Amino acid sequence: MKRVALVGMPNTGKSTLFNRLTGAQAKVGNWPGITVDLLSAKLLLGDQMVQLVDLPGIYDLRGFSEDEHVVTTFLSEQSVDVVLVVLNASQIERQMQLFAQLAQFGIPLVLVLNMADEAAALGITIEREALAGWLGVPICLVSAKHGQGMEQLRNLMARALRAPAQASPPDDSVIEAAIKSAVHVPAQASHRLTEKIDRVLLDPWLGLPLFFGVMFLLFEAVFWLGTPLQNALAALFSVVRSAALEPALAAAPPLLSGLLLDGVYNGLSTVASFVPLIILFFLAMAIVEDTGYLSRAAFLIDALMARFGLDGRSFVMILMGFGCNVPALMGTRVMRSRGLRLLTMLVIPFSLCSARLQVFLFFIAALFPPRAAPLVLFSLYVMSIAAAMFTSLVFKRRLINSDPFVLEIPPYRFPTVRQIVLRGWHEVRHFLRRASRFIVAGVVLVWLLTNFPAAAAPGSSETWAGHLGVWLNPVLGPLGIDPKLTIALIFGFVAKEIVIGSLAVIYAREGGALVSAIAQQVDWVQAYSFMLFTLIYTPCLSTIATIRSEARSPAFSVVAVAWPLALAWLASFAFYQAARHF
Amino acid sequence: MSPTPAQTLAALRPGDCATILALDAGQALYHRLAALGLRAGKTVRMIRRARFGGPFHIRVGTTDLMLRIPDARRIQVTKA
Repeated sequence: MKRVALVGMPNTGKSTLFNRLTGAQAKVGNWPGITVDLLSAKLLLGDQMVQLVDLPGIYDLRGFSEDEHVVTTFLSEQSVDVVLVVLNASQIERQMQLFAQLAQFGIPLVLVLNMADEAAALGITIEREALAGWLGVPICLVSAKHGQGMEQLRNLMARALRAPAQASPPDDSVIEAAIKSAVHVPAQASHRLTEKIDRVLLDPWLGLPLFFGVMFLLFEAVFWLGTPLQNALAALFSVVRSAALEPALAAAPPLLSGLLLDGVYNGLSTVASFVPLIILFFLAMAIVEDTGYLSRAAFLIDALMARFGLDGRSFVMILMGFGCNVPALMGTRVMRSRGLRLLTMLVIPFSLCSARLQVFLFFIAALFPPRAAPLVLFSLYVMSIAAAMFTSLVFKRRLINSDPFVLEIPPYRFPTVRQIVLRGWHEVRHFLRRASRFIVAGVVLVWLLTNFPAAAAPGSSETWAGHLGVWLNPVLGPLGIDPKLTIALIFGFVAKEIVIGSLAVIYAREGGALVSAIAQQVDWVQAYSFMLFTLIYTPCLSTIATIRSEARSPAFSVVAVAWPLALAWLASFAFYQAARHF
Repeated sequence: MSPTPAQTLAALRPGDCATILALDAGQALYHRLAALGLRAGKTVRMIRRARFGGPFHIRVGTTDLMLRIPDARRIQVTKA
C-alpha cells in the first residue's frame, strides 16, 4: 500500500485537514525508530487504497526538537510515496522555507495551501497555476475547515501517486521569485475583527480579569447543563438494572451475580452517569482552543509564569492538563529546554483533570447545597493552580528554563460545529477507552477486596479492604479520611475513574442510595479534605507511566510521585485540623 | 535627513514600525525566528505589550507573534 505523509507548521490546520480527508477514522500507531505515536488512516483514492500519516507540526527541519527529529527520521527511514506539505495560505511567504527543506528529501511533494478562505478575506491573491509552474509541484488551495478544495486535492494526490513527478529541489532565489510574481499581498493585510476583539480581550487592565471570568463562566455552564443530564443517565442505568439485569441473574449463584451487578455494573453505571459532564467539559475546552483564545491566555499570563520559571506554553499545557494530564505531558515535547520541560511535567499532574472532576462533582453533589456547589468546585480549581505554582517555586532553581519563547497569535476563528463535535468525540472516546479498561479491572478488584474472606459482611471492617483501611488509619485519620475513604484513595492510584465506582462497592449502594449513605457517614469537612488529597496526592498510573517514558529518568519519576504525595498529606492535614479547631 | 540609529525591537512603542537589521541569536532561536518570519529586511510592527513586564505582541507580514523582552532585545531594528 502506498503511503502519504502530512507535514506542516503548527497552526496551519493540519489536523483539521487530516480529519477532513480521513473522516476521523484515524488509528494511533507505533513506528520503528519513532518515539511518538502517529495518527494514520486508510484512504480510498480513485481505485487504490492509500495510507495517510499525520506527522507532528514543525517549524523547521534544521532544529533540534524531538518533533523535528521524528519528521526527519520518518521521511528518511519509512517508504513515503508522496508528502503533502500543508501551509497557511495567508502566511505562504514565510512558510515556504519548510517547503524548500522538505524538497531536499527527493520525495514527490504536493503543496496544500490551507485556510484559503482566510487568505481571500485578507485580500491575498495566489495565482495557483503560475506558482505551480515556478515550483514544479502540484498545488491546491483548500479550506479544510469548510471542506473546500478537497476533491481537487484528492485528484492531485491520486495523480502524484500514479505518475510521481520528481522535481529537482527549487533554490531560494526561485522560491523568492515565485512568491513575488504569483502571490499578491495587500500592503495592509490585517484581520480587522481580530484587532477589535484583541483591543478588549488583551486590554492591559481588562485582559486578566476577563480571562478568569471566562474560565469561571465556562465551569458554571458545564455544571448547570451537565447535572440534569447526569441525573437522567443515572436513572436510566438503575431502570436497566432492576428491569433486565436482576431478573436475568436471579438464578445465578449469589457470588457471581454480586460480582456482575455490584462489581462491574455498579461501577460502570456510576461512572457512565458522569459522561455528559465530561463531554460538555471537553466541548468547552475545544471552543476555547479553536477560537484562538488559548494563545491569548498564554500572552496575558506569561509575565506571571516567567516568575515561576515557566512560560506561557507551560500554562497552555497545564490548561490542557485540566482535560487529561497524559496528552498535556506529551505536549511538553515542543519545549527545547529540558529544565523547562521537566518543570512543566512536574507541575501538570496538579491540573484538575476530568477523571478527578467526576470524583469532585460526585462529592460536591452529595455533601454541599446546590447553591454552594459551583463555588466549591471553583475553589478546587484554585487549589489545583496553587499546588502547581508552589511546586514550580520550589523546583525552579533546579530545573532551569533556557528556552526561547516565541509563539504565534492566530486570528480569532469561529470553529465549526463539526470541528467542536469531532474534538469532543475524540476526547470522550479516548477517555472511555482508558476509563472502561481501568474501571472494570479496578472495580472488580475492589469488589473482591470488599467481599473476601467470604465469611465477612461485604464492605465491613472484617474484609481485606477493611484491614488495609484500618492499618493506614494512623496516617490518614488526622486528615479526616476514614478507613472506607482510604480504600477509595488506594484505588484512585490506579485511576481516578475508579474512585466513585469503588465507593459504590465499598458502601454496597449505587446512585441516590450511595449519595445518602456517604452524606450520613461523612461531613463536609471530611469530604473537602478527601477531595484536596485526591486532587494533589498522585497522578493516575497512566500519568506516571507517561512521565516515566517522557522524562526517561527514574530519579525524576520518583520525585514526580513522592512530592505530590507529601504535599497532599500536608494540605489536607492543614485544612482538616484548621477547619476542626476554628 | 540623517539615518535613524539602530535600536532593538524591545525599544519600540505600540504602533511603531521598524525594519529588521539583524538577529543576534543563537542557532536554535535564529531558526525559530526565521521560520516565524523574523528575518533581516522585514518590516515589524509593535502592537502592544502585556502588563507586568510580559511579552510583546508584534506583527511581521501577516503573522502575529508574541515574544519576551530578552528575545526582543536580540533583534536589531531601525525605525521606519
